[in-house]
Amino acid sequence: MLERFVLWVDDRLGAANFIRHALRKAFPDHWSFMLGEINVYAFLILLGTGTFLAFFFQPSAEKTIYHGSYALLNGVAVSQAYASALRLSFDVRAGLLVRQIHHWAALIFVAGIVVHMARVFLTGAFRKPRDINWMVGVALLAMAMFEGFSGYSLPDDLLSGTGLHIADSVLLSIPIVGTWASFLLLGGDFPSAAMFARLFVAHVFLLPAAIGGAIALHLAILWRQKHAQFPGPGRTEHNVVGSPLVPTYAVKSLALLAATAATVTGLGTFVQINPIWLFGPYHAWQVLTPAQPDWYIGPIDGALRLSFPWSLRFWGHLIPSPFFPAVLLPGAIFTFLFLWPVIDRMIRRDPESHHLLDRARDVPWRMGLGVALTLFAGGFTLAASSDVQARYLHLSVVTITVVDRWVCVLAPLAGFFIARAICIALRDAQPGPNRVRLFRNANGGFEERPLP
Amino acid sequence: MSIQERSIAATLGLAILGGLGFIVAYTCGGDHRWMGLSATVAFVGFLLAALGWARWLVPREQVVDEIVSFASENAEREAALHATRQGEMPFLRSALLTRLLLGALGVVGLAMLLPIRSLGPAPGRTLFSTRWRLGLRALREDGRPLKRGDLEVGSVVTVFPEGAIGDARSQALVLRLPDGKLDGLQAYSKVCTHAGCPVALYRAATEQLLCPCHQSLFDVRADGRVVSGPADRPLPRLPIAFDTNGFLIALGDFPVPVGPGFWQDG
Repeated sequence: MLERFVLWVDDRLGAANFIRHALRKAFPDHWSFMLGEINVYAFLILLGTGTFLAFFFQPSAEKTIYHGSYALLNGVAVSQAYASALRLSFDVRAGLLVRQIHHWAALIFVAGIVVHMARVFLTGAFRKPRDINWMVGVALLAMAMFEGFSGYSLPDDLLSGTGLHIADSVLLSIPIVGTWASFLLLGGDFPSAAMFARLFVAHVFLLPAAIGGAIALHLAILWRQKHAQFPGPGRTEHNVVGSPLVPTYAVKSLALLAATAATVTGLGTFVQINPIWLFGPYHAWQVLTPAQPDWYIGPIDGALRLSFPWSLRFWGHLIPSPFFPAVLLPGAIFTFLFLWPVIDRMIRRDPESHHLLDRARDVPWRMGLGVALTLFAGGFTLAASSDVQARYLHLSVVTITVVDRWVCVLAPLAGFFIARAICIALRDAQPGPNRVRLFRNANGGFEERPLP
Repeated sequence: MSIQERSIAATLGLAILGGLGFIVAYTCGGDHRWMGLSATVAFVGFLLAALGWARWLVPREQVVDEIVSFASENAEREAALHATRQGEMPFLRSALLTRLLLGALGVVGLAMLLPIRSLGPAPGRTLFSTRWRLGLRALREDGRPLKRGDLEVGSVVTVFPEGAIGDARSQALVLRLPDGKLDGLQAYSKVCTHAGCPVALYRAATEQLLCPCHQSLFDVRADGRVVSGPADRPLPRLPIAFDTNGFLIALGDFPVPVGPGFWQDG
């Protein structure tokens, strides 16, 4: 059956040579090399569930009276967006399940990108020639964050509406262009009648198309460059040793698809997420407390809380304080990440291409830097719940803010040195380069040859 | 059939069971938990089957691919550069034409960007003012005006100007201190000067307003001055008075722009 299909294709495209090599393409065996695939599968699940939701959602700020199964809001004047989000949750069969799977898959999509990126960072897989793919990956992370936030903002509930107003304030804070950017992107002063239509186009068309394109490019580059591998017997800078794409790798990959689907479906079934009916519809003069955004917006929200009340006023202009923590800081971090392969090359003074990976412990300072960056973002994420910490620790939020500021400074520093020290200890403890392989020679004796 | 094959068969049976379960759950009313559970079971079945397949039925084999150097052979690179030069030549031959071409692309590109301007109104003075004017009554969310004596000491109420109930930019908080002019009434913009959240929490004990989003704290004894938190400007204060009938009215708009800062607000 499949054989006849191969012949059918070859008759028309002359693809026999390609198929032969493609099916036997070598994929190195290491669990961490499969992390990126979680994101491909999460993205496919997001496309499927999102398409279903888009058939029912109405991106409109127009007021309507909600009538539906959720009795507590019956007869309440809400926006079309909020009413349709309620209807698709309660009155569309399987709607709630699909919506919750969609939200969980979005959280896992961004998380998977970060974990995959950490693997690439720590093993040095971002080095030339794969620096080009690292840059595509950083762009993907940024787009995934915008995609997630635009979707989170659509239902016009009290939590997301507040978040959207903060986002608009951040947009307004950008020097020179901020005011115009806010009015043009959202279609007027916040909250505007047009903003859900704008967000909707971005969320269901512009960003998914861009993300899909970038994933295709990411995979095409991976295919062309082939996979990097850890050093080992028989592995060199000029080959890839691994399992064939078909059948070994394909079966493993399908297992990962099933695992991703099972995880998001299980979470979407049993763990409630974003219950917009409990938050209520958005009104500009109401607010929830405590209010925390989706996890990947956490660092920005935390930075907004920890930042100092500094603003710049000069020549009749103002750069308000949100600009520094919410635009400048994330912008600097993303620029740093994007340029990281270049910076790393300059630090190591190494213009060469690499196909053999570093073990994380073998480059202690890089491990230290990775841990420091994670703790830096983690400290800000922690700060995004400063009000909750204040409540449970019975401390004033001012004290918590001061403590969290120090956490953001000291934890990365401590993390750097501790992680580096652990790596050095691990590296020194393992058998050194004097490992040998024994060969039996023609005379029946043994001789030692060093391992590569 | 080996024990391994039988195990995989069982997991595929689980997947089939899950699929059937979903069909039944969807058809019989569509209960969220039964649909989700059966779908999860189906995917777990597939997961176990794939794991079993990978472990027991797929032969363990290693293949080796060559990695060729990505920089091509020098002759090939030279040929590519040569082709590039050949391609460039007709454009570089006349500097004038090249410059005109770039200029034309720039002008036309700029022209094609202009429709972006249609996406929204000009900001103009929108951010500088609210709907409060001299003599406008302060109305609660439900439209009732605020009369002298309506507000207890230590309590707050959200008000809007007449004709603009629900207007985000005009929302204001009226609160009552134990002492002071106008029976201790004061009115502040409810839009946080940091990131635009409603400054919704009033602590009567300390006479402070707290924004629940990023915890900026404002002192109502000191004209809305920032006590702590990331806000960099005080809460604008609305000038108010009682009219002859005892209703609370505004004496004009806020003296400064309300809400988050922006470039033109220098």
